[in-house]
Amino acid sequence: MCPLCGERDRREFYYYGAEDFLNRPAADAEPGAWDNYLHLRDNPAGVTKDLWYHEMGCAQWLVVTRNTVTHEIIATELVAERAK
Amino acid sequence: MPELIAKSALQGRAPLTLGGVTLAEVPVGPITSIAVFPGGAKALAKGLKGLGLTFPAPNRFAEKKGARIVWTGRDQAFLIGAPAPALQGAALTDQSDGWAVLSVAGLGAVDALMRLVPMDLRLLAFPVGQSVRAPLNHMNAVLLRTEEYAFELMVFRSMARTAWHEIGVAIEALAARAALKP
Ligand SMILES: [Zn+2]
Repeated sequence: MCPLCGERDRREFYYYGAEDFLNRPAADAEPGAWDNYLHLRDNPAGVTKDLWYHEMGCAQWLVVTRNTVTHEIIATELVAERAK
Repeated sequence: MPELIAKSALQGRAPLTLGGVTLAEVPVGPITSIAVFPGGAKALAKGLKGLGLTFPAPNRFAEKKGARIVWTGRDQAFLIGAPAPALQGAALTDQSDGWAVLSVAGLGAVDALMRLVPMDLRLLAFPVGQSVRAPLNHMNAVLLRTEEYAFELMVFRSMARTAWHEIGVAIEALAARAALKP
């Protein structure tokens, strides 16, 4: 489900990774913060947020909230809207 | 500057008609991408008014006096069929020679396209005036429903012959199946 295009086929979307990639540490942040940003991921059984790209549609990056246990897609939002 | 002769992607190719479905190339004239600057919507709307058009909502297109405006992405639309006036509030890019436009028309057009596009294209789900950016097999495409039984399809110019081939195969397969029915 894309906020712009509507309900669309799974194959149109490309998976990138955790939502954490949107929270880039400041350039002078502690090495620990960079380690966390680059390598440390939670692996929740339940609700998680990650980044998907609507590659074969509107070419927008999306934050998808989904449940890893039930496979339910709870929400999708445009990364571009967040940046506003 | 010598005068160069503009050629469409599939120039000279005769339309293909099989089983009541016709595939043809459509000459559409100029294509201009309109990419709205942040905060530019108001100024742009003023300029579009001169053409009798408004910026389209997602997945919609509209036409006025031979000019068509098609939603093609977040804060982006294509103006097709009319030269772009000096519009404010947006970046304008001439894309006329970057695209090939095909029409697929006839009662079976829906069935042919639904073999290639992973969407419900039946009239109730995809009415006239709807346009989407969607894959045609592995090609990025813009698909518009122009009439109840007619679609137009934009693909990158480099994909023109591939698109023609794949739609042709779908039309042939449907016609062959229909011929088998008693
Ligand atoms: Zn989309």
